[in-house]
Amino acid sequence: MSLDLSNYRDLALALLPELVLTLAAVVLLLVVAWRHQTRADLRVAAWVAWWGLVAAAVAVWWLWWNTARAAVIPPPVHPPMIAVDDFRFVADWLVLGTAALTVFVSFDYLERESLLVPEYYVLLLFATLGMMLMAGGEDLMMIFLGLELMSVAVYVLAGINRRSAPAAEAALKYFLLGAFASGFLLYGIALAYGATAATNLTLIGVQVTTLGLQKSTMLLIGLGLLLVGFGFKVAAVPFHMWAPDVYDGSPTPVTGYMATAVKAAAFAALFRVLGEAFGAVPAWREIVWWLAVITMLVGNVVALAQRTLKRMLAYSSVAHAGYVLVAVAAGTPAGAAAFVFYLVAYTFMTLAAFALLAAKGRDGERDVRIDDLAGLAQRRPWLAFALAVCMLSLLGFPGTAGFIGKWYILVAATQSGQVPLAAILVLASVISAGYYLPVIMAMYMKPEPFEQAHGGMRLGPLGSIAVAVSVAGLLFFGVRPNRLLDLARTSGAAVRPAPAATSGGGARPTAPKLAGN
Amino acid sequence: MTWLAAHGTEAIFWWFGSLAMVSAALCITRRNPVFSGLWLIVTLFSIAALFVILDAQFIAVLQVLVYAGAIMVLFLFVIMLLNLGRQVTTDLKGPTGAGIAVGLAGLLLFQLLILRHAAPSEVITLPAGSVARLAQEQGLVASIARPLFDTYLLPFEVTSILLLAALVGAVVLAMRKL
Repeated sequence: MSLDLSNYRDLALALLPELVLTLAAVVLLLVVAWRHQTRADLRVAAWVAWWGLVAAAVAVWWLWWNTARAAVIPPPVHPPMIAVDDFRFVADWLVLGTAALTVFVSFDYLERESLLVPEYYVLLLFATLGMMLMAGGEDLMMIFLGLELMSVAVYVLAGINRRSAPAAEAALKYFLLGAFASGFLLYGIALAYGATAATNLTLIGVQVTTLGLQKSTMLLIGLGLLLVGFGFKVAAVPFHMWAPDVYDGSPTPVTGYMATAVKAAAFAALFRVLGEAFGAVPAWREIVWWLAVITMLVGNVVALAQRTLKRMLAYSSVAHAGYVLVAVAAGTPAGAAAFVFYLVAYTFMTLAAFALLAAKGRDGERDVRIDDLAGLAQRRPWLAFALAVCMLSLLGFPGTAGFIGKWYILVAATQSGQVPLAAILVLASVISAGYYLPVIMAMYMKPEPFEQAHGGMRLGPLGSIAVAVSVAGLLFFGVRPNRLLDLARTSGAAVRPAPAATSGGGARPTAPKLAGN
Repeated sequence: MTWLAAHGTEAIFWWFGSLAMVSAALCITRRNPVFSGLWLIVTLFSIAALFVILDAQFIAVLQVLVYAGAIMVLFLFVIMLLNLGRQVTTDLKGPTGAGIAVGLAGLLLFQLLILRHAAPSEVITLPAGSVARLAQEQGLVASIARPLFDTYLLPFEVTSILLLAALVGAVVLAMRKL
């Protein structure tokens, strides 16, 4: 199905998932405007949100099934704002799936903590919409607006528990630093526009090659600022300072959502920007190389020193941003496939780990130490098993999706000649065993400290489904990764720099537009 | 008189440009938030003047109406409602903070100096006077409205969702009693 995006009907078709989700969010907003008092209202809101997410996922699937692609439009018409390719579909599925699982995890959590705020689900839908626009944005403007939509909703989600001082601190910190990072991103966009006269990713790519801007100072400073902005959102060292405090203070389902979906969307947008707009600029590879190295080392070493499980997982998510950056730095088709595969695996394992943490703790779960899990295997064998699988997958143990993902990243890195990077990745993984394995040891090898130590642990039926789906996915793709890998390969290949410009086609993109009107 | 004819636009640019910079600096250094707000109005007015120099009169008018007008009234209203006017404490930190601030400012200055030399290449800059010609052909509003509802329709619509999300978020944080 070829869609001419300059025509409104085709544009609406290409945006069907986003439109469905917007509609669901607005309907949900109307529902909660009248019904926002009782626990039953909260449940209704959760189900409306869940079905909205499912409907949007079906719309994505429909586009995918019909192999929707944007028709190539000749230069006088401005190229489209939104991409229609497999990479967008996979990223959409990932964020929609994460959001749907987060709804399930939040279902019991919100009631248990008596956070009777059904607007929680409205904001969740808006954040997911922002992520989809980010992942599909073909224009820096779209990416920025998607990022802001996502961020604004997540700032509020982080502080949704107004009785908790740490949550307020987390929300304020996230908001202030996030606004600062948005400023960097916007300045980067402005400079990239100044250097190339385009905000469209493909056009920037064309301009860079036709005008020979690979060494243009303005473009390079713009690229650097863009990397700072995205580095903040994916919590790469040295822009990670906010992450532990914010992850620690937010309600745990929100933390899980932040650590997975927000990161995945930011990575997807970063990947597209680097691949399509800056594919011909070699400078970013070196920057990303260094970012990956320090992110892996600092994230893992500092995670070793954490006492509470939530902070440990926060630093672990910083470290995993480093592994994904290795796949980005490889910059080959194999790297792109490893990138998509690892993002999917990381999302499932981290989300399930945070869901289990939410079940264990109370009042924000900030105080769950690793020793508090002692003896969990005797009392709650299935929960212990699920957490053990998550930990092993995060560690990269064979038989889990985390292992396959790391394996493909290693292969991609060595193939593209980044052997030192691969070596550092292995070293960092060895360090990470120092904090993942004690969790398993505590659960399986230590006795329960006192009778009923795990009595209050409650995941709820829907939360159990979310964890079971994630864990089953981790084990399944750890043994039979082929289908997911094929998917990752085709979708990763969709992001590529624009073909070399045809004569004069892209040299002055705005001028024909001005004359044409 | 001949000097003014030759350098008039440039003189106006430097006058309003420096006014914008100075008032922005004053805005963030005043201890009384009401004064800060008033200096911000001066900044926004100066920027409106810069838009006029760029032949973007319509945006200049909007800048005055929306930013210097409506939004600033809201700002001042909130400041006065919250009664922040009497607060005189400062959280500026001693010599270390000042050192860091000067360092960052120096870095920014350095960056701006580099950027001064990194002028965009000739090929992508529009020929002089083309914006004015466009405004003449299509009218000031149409030359903005047409791309806004054509090429940039999608970002325009997403902005409205962004505002809605911000509104919902503000209401959730401000109104609800848990």
